[in-house]
Amino acid sequence: MMPINQMMNVQKFRPIGSSGALISRVAAVTCLVLTFLAFSSPASALLRIDITEGNIQPLPIAIPDFVAGGGRDAQVAGDITDVIETNLRRSGLFTPVDENAFVERIENFDAAPRFGDWRIINAQALVTGRITVQPDGRLKAEFRLWDVFAGQQMTGQQFFTTPENWRRVAHIISDAIYERLTGEKGYFDTRIVFVDETGPKDNRRKRLAIMDQDGANVRYLTNGGDLVLTPRFSPTSQDITYMAFTGADPRVFLLNIETGQREIVGNFPGMTFAPRFSPDGQRVVMSLQQGGNANIYSMDLRSRRTTRLTNSPSIDTAPSFSPDGRRIVFESDRGGSQQLYVMNADGSNPQRISFGDGRYSTPVWSPRGDLIAFTKLHQGKFLIGVMRPDGSGERVLTEGFHNEGPTWAPNGRVLMFFREVPGEAGGPQLWSVDLTGFNLQKVPTPSFASDPAWSPLLN
Amino acid sequence: MLRNEISRRFRTLTLALVAALFVAGCAANNRDVAGGAVQPGSVQDFVVNVGDRVFFAVDQTTLSPTARATLDKQAQWLALYPQYQLTIEGHADERGTREYNLGLGARRSTAVRDYLVSRGVDASRLNTISYGKERPVAVCNDESCWSQNRRSVSVINNVSS
Repeated sequence: MMPINQMMNVQKFRPIGSSGALISRVAAVTCLVLTFLAFSSPASALLRIDITEGNIQPLPIAIPDFVAGGGRDAQVAGDITDVIETNLRRSGLFTPVDENAFVERIENFDAAPRFGDWRIINAQALVTGRITVQPDGRLKAEFRLWDVFAGQQMTGQQFFTTPENWRRVAHIISDAIYERLTGEKGYFDTRIVFVDETGPKDNRRKRLAIMDQDGANVRYLTNGGDLVLTPRFSPTSQDITYMAFTGADPRVFLLNIETGQREIVGNFPGMTFAPRFSPDGQRVVMSLQQGGNANIYSMDLRSRRTTRLTNSPSIDTAPSFSPDGRRIVFESDRGGSQQLYVMNADGSNPQRISFGDGRYSTPVWSPRGDLIAFTKLHQGKFLIGVMRPDGSGERVLTEGFHNEGPTWAPNGRVLMFFREVPGEAGGPQLWSVDLTGFNLQKVPTPSFASDPAWSPLLN
Repeated sequence: MLRNEISRRFRTLTLALVAALFVAGCAANNRDVAGGAVQPGSVQDFVVNVGDRVFFAVDQTTLSPTARATLDKQAQWLALYPQYQLTIEGHADERGTREYNLGLGARRSTAVRDYLVSRGVDASRLNTISYGKERPVAVCNDESCWSQNRRSVSVINNVSS
């Protein structure tokens, strides 16, 4: 048998912490309790996917249905397994093995699997789990991740939560598997806020909507009476900021997605648009239209003090902070056409960073800080691309008739954007793509959808 | 009192307009009947005989000779009917990004407002708003539609006051 690091392009990976250690934490939103399950002593050379290269070979992973602790738990056990499998498959990094090929039937979560039975079907990793409804009504979810060829447990955790939170448990387990096998944080326990679009193209009804990253649990935040655009998450609170056409001038608003409370951001004489939070959640940057020019302003949400950051006879818009909060990338046509500029957070020292052919717009700084994603218009096509903050290393991730408005998954590895299907009956739909340009996936939404924004990790 | 007089005249105009539209609808092929039935000083008069919109080249805000001619007529008409206020909407085609198009639409509506002011219209009668690419009138995916959507529309907004 070939060692896994030759078969699967995997690297050595440090072992998990000392066996028997119990770690628990509480996630504020769901009151999940998490404990690491100790099973066997950690091994020193375990499975790992190297995701630094593009077009990697997906890792075969077996995810048999989680064991049901009691008879009535079978449904939720199966549902949780399905969500985990879908998450991992959609990431493009894993190939779930067809369950019809399984040799061993996992019935006892507390026993080690028969590794030979999983090796023979070429599963590199195996996930086992158990779902039990506790006497107090809470759901107990346990899982273990196994390195099949090393015959070792890689991680094991257990959670307690309310039964309504079963999807979140599935996402959190998916994130744990992803993190253990890639060495990077996952992005499954996240949400997307977007603009839901219905009705004919010349009379679209637009509503703010929020859903899980996999398209589940869609909830509408506005009723469609006002035109709404460009929602963005707060990195630190349950607020979103967006633009709405209400009253005489369209305005930037804050909306608390838990309470529904809404307020105007700032008291500006004219249209405000293109809002985005600072990384500490304390400020909103946006454009203010002043006659034929748009300039970028910042408002401190506590003091309500506003600061002017740009002052040029041009359209300066789409500001986005660097994750350290020290710089802002934005687009401006001050040089004659839309290009990307980086300035200090106080507005000083703006420098143009885009110099390729075409027009560049909607820049968004990666949460990792290493890249800036953008929309590019070139030769009648709309492209999504990335470049380094100094403008070097430009790469196109996808192109076509119309792609627009990238947003980053919190781990800085996946981007979501919207793509317009042309034609009278056409409209925008959400898509995701890996940073490498591979694994283009349509994101399910109830209707047409645009302007996606990815939340931070919820857990 | 003057306000009442205007208001009364408006009601009469509105009735006449409804009647005129009815006639126009019955004789849609007869331009003389349809055109002649439009009441001077009515919204219909402004839209049909003056022209409520001007068009722009790709990513441009400069006013073409045709656009200026239309706006000259708008200014003259507004001088004749000083009771009206206008909202000037700026629009862009779908071949731009959302945020930029909001700015571009605002630039177009500002260009129209500035031109009308230069032709003697009191700036206090004019409001502007940008809809970016959010309100297309033509929905195909080629230049024949995009050229109709790159527009500024002057909307009379106190018809019933």
